Amino acid sequence: MRISRRSFLKVAAGMAAAAAVGVPASRTRRPREGFAAEVPLPAPRAGPAGPSRRWVMVVDLAKCDGCRECTRACTAMHRVPPGQEWIRVYEMRDESTSLAYWLPRPCMQCDNPPCVKVCPVSATWKREDGIVMQDTSRCIGCRYCIAACPYQARGFNWVEPAATPERTGEPYDPEWNRVHFRGTTEKCIFCPALIKEGKLPACVAACPMGALYFGDREEDAVTNSQGETVRFSALVIEQAGYRLLEELGTEPRVYYLPPRKPQYPAPPPEEPESAGGAGRAVVPTVPRKRIDTAGGVRR
Amino acid sequence: MSTRQATPRFSEREERLLASLTAGGAGTYALIGGLLAVFLWGLVAYATQLRHGLGVTGLRDHVLWGVYIANFVFFIGVSHVGALMSAILRLTGAEWRRPITRMAEAITFASLLMGGLMPLVDMGRPDRLLNLVRYGRLQSPILWDVLSITTYLTGSTLFLYVPMIPDLALLRDRYAGGPAWRRRLYTLLSLGWQDTPAQRHRLELIVRVMAVIIIPIAVSVHTVVSWIFGMTLRAGWNSTIFGPYFVSGALFSGAAAVITAMAAFRWAYRLEDYITEAHFRRMGYLLIALGLAYGYFTFAEYLTPAYKMATAERGYLAAVFSGPFARLFWFTQLTGILLPLLLLTLPRIAWVPRLHRVPLLRPRPALAAAATYAVASVVLPAASPSLTMAGLNLNEWIPPWVLPALAVWLFLAFLPVLHARPITAAVVASLLVNVGAWLKRYLIVVPTLLNPFLPIQRAPAGWAVYQPTWVEWSITAGALAGFLLIYIGFSKLFPIVPIWETREAPESREAAVQEGIVGVAAV
Repeated sequence: MRISRRSFLKVAAGMAAAAAVGVPASRTRRPREGFAAEVPLPAPRAGPAGPSRRWVMVVDLAKCDGCRECTRACTAMHRVPPGQEWIRVYEMRDESTSLAYWLPRPCMQCDNPPCVKVCPVSATWKREDGIVMQDTSRCIGCRYCIAACPYQARGFNWVEPAATPERTGEPYDPEWNRVHFRGTTEKCIFCPALIKEGKLPACVAACPMGALYFGDREEDAVTNSQGETVRFSALVIEQAGYRLLEELGTEPRVYYLPPRKPQYPAPPPEEPESAGGAGRAVVPTVPRKRIDTAGGVRR
Repeated sequence: MSTRQATPRFSEREERLLASLTAGGAGTYALIGGLLAVFLWGLVAYATQLRHGLGVTGLRDHVLWGVYIANFVFFIGVSHVGALMSAILRLTGAEWRRPITRMAEAITFASLLMGGLMPLVDMGRPDRLLNLVRYGRLQSPILWDVLSITTYLTGSTLFLYVPMIPDLALLRDRYAGGPAWRRRLYTLLSLGWQDTPAQRHRLELIVRVMAVIIIPIAVSVHTVVSWIFGMTLRAGWNSTIFGPYFVSGALFSGAAAVITAMAAFRWAYRLEDYITEAHFRRMGYLLIALGLAYGYFTFAEYLTPAYKMATAERGYLAAVFSGPFARLFWFTQLTGILLPLLLLTLPRIAWVPRLHRVPLLRPRPALAAAATYAVASVVLPAASPSLTMAGLNLNEWIPPWVLPALAVWLFLAFLPVLHARPITAAVVASLLVNVGAWLKRYLIVVPTLLNPFLPIQRAPAGWAVYQPTWVEWSITAGALAGFLLIYIGFSKLFPIVPIWETREAPESREAAVQEGIVGVAAV
């Protein structure tokens, strides 16, 4: 049987509808710990994240002061196990004479995702709304996706996590991703459960600087924690937005605005929090985008 | 147990070849017992890992694969040559292959079993293994591996088994002194073989067809193992020649393993008449050719990125060439490729024995010098740190060229010794090849993971380094012991030298004797 485009779309729509029906059960569960302000997404919405949505994130590096509120909010919202940071704030410097800056790195939700390609069991897949989802109840723990991801956006539960379904009594819901299994891979998923409720992802809502914007590319609007809603295309064009490791062709859905005239202090010359102390002996050979600890920039 | 009670008995030749089945002294039991203990210890380590999770290993989010995956690539590589070499030699009608094909194919069998287990050991959720069947995605290189390794395991097992049927029938008919379970096993496995011309014709046809089919399967296996790495974007793995590079490395290490096995069986079961010096010479030629091919691929693989020094590759190459992995890397290149090639070639030069006319080029002075060096540079500083404190650091006194000069001296002094013992030279070379091969697999897996695109930052203590734990080393040792156990067990159950194949074609046998391939006593 040949599957025409039309019949394929019909089936896909049917499956999406079926998935939507299954949603209310999970919707009733809320995260227990509070996370930052609930800023509503701008546009009225017909239903759960459907094919018409194409989520994007914009990170204004000029506004990021490296406070790591985003990481904390994310960790609280998802009960991220220790050792992992689903949105990690890097101290970056492109080369020795250029500006040092902070770089929050969520999952890039690539449109050409290397992790999805290599997963042997479809435990990670690309949704129609652009999100690269992760089903840790299916993951076999081969870690090939971690090896494939060029952004180090994926983490592994090497030991038994504190919040397992057994201990918390909560069933596993991939859209909330608040309970975890040992021996599986996890990552940032743009908080689809919050999006469905019309809220911003936890990290975006928590950013005190309004440096993170989140929105729908189809709608051409992104919003930050300050409630500012701006046109996505105008923002990215006017401020020369770029994507991380563009040369790899992963087509990320996270855009960065260059740290031009930064409004907040750059990273200190030392790396105070870099706990991988022993590790540094092994990695000083990474010349790229690594802060030169000897001559950090002060302005 | 005597085999002489029943009437159709083994001929003297058959008894010699079946020595592995019947012989078994205290030494054998001690060896098997020791290997069993190591294997069980590996199981204990795996039980620990199952209980506490992969956290008991040195693996973390940056170095997410380590020793297990290095073992996987190593064992699959060693498995590579058995069936492949045997198939090629069969198809090209190389008569000298006859006594060694089965021991080569049995290496494939044992090593594939252990290699195939390694990804399971590495899995975070082995309990979800069946997800590979329920939700398997053919787009993932892991599925390619699952398919190709299981196909190769099935194919090479059949390729090992089918040519063994006449020998099993022989055991069924004549191994009257053997225990009953063994005879039942041989009766079952010999599938009613009566050695009729029709059966022979069919068997030869099957073996020839299988020899053709097994070659592409064997090549595919190590190609897709390399593509696990080659299909990622990471510096050091993102390479178009990884398929042929891995295949050449696999053939090299596999041929070396066959040479080691040949020497071990020849020594343990006194097969000098069947496995002759000429076999080692020919396997040596094969090893030289494969080593040159592998060396060429290695050179091409490292020179092309090293010439350009692109941003992504720079850190990884620096770590390997001159950074924390430099010692290991240059060891694998010099001791794992160059030295074996020299050991296989130079001792064969005719004037080598004349080297001993120079008094300094005899083993004793060279050994004495090496011992002095070892005492001065290692033992003394370790024994009395006060010497070092007093500024008497001997390591600083000794110029750096002394070590390579010593190595050359030792090599020259032992050349005439190796000239007189070509089999020793081949075995030493083979062992070096396999040690180098394992280390090189480690160097393919780990340095790349320590040099990702984004800098390693905010890693908890110990997460940005890789230090394999006792669990990983125990499981590795257990896997090696398991490999040897399967291999020895195979040789205890089945004739390791094909009896009917070495008996057939008497006209070519005389030619073989003249060539020195088969000893006179074997005819």
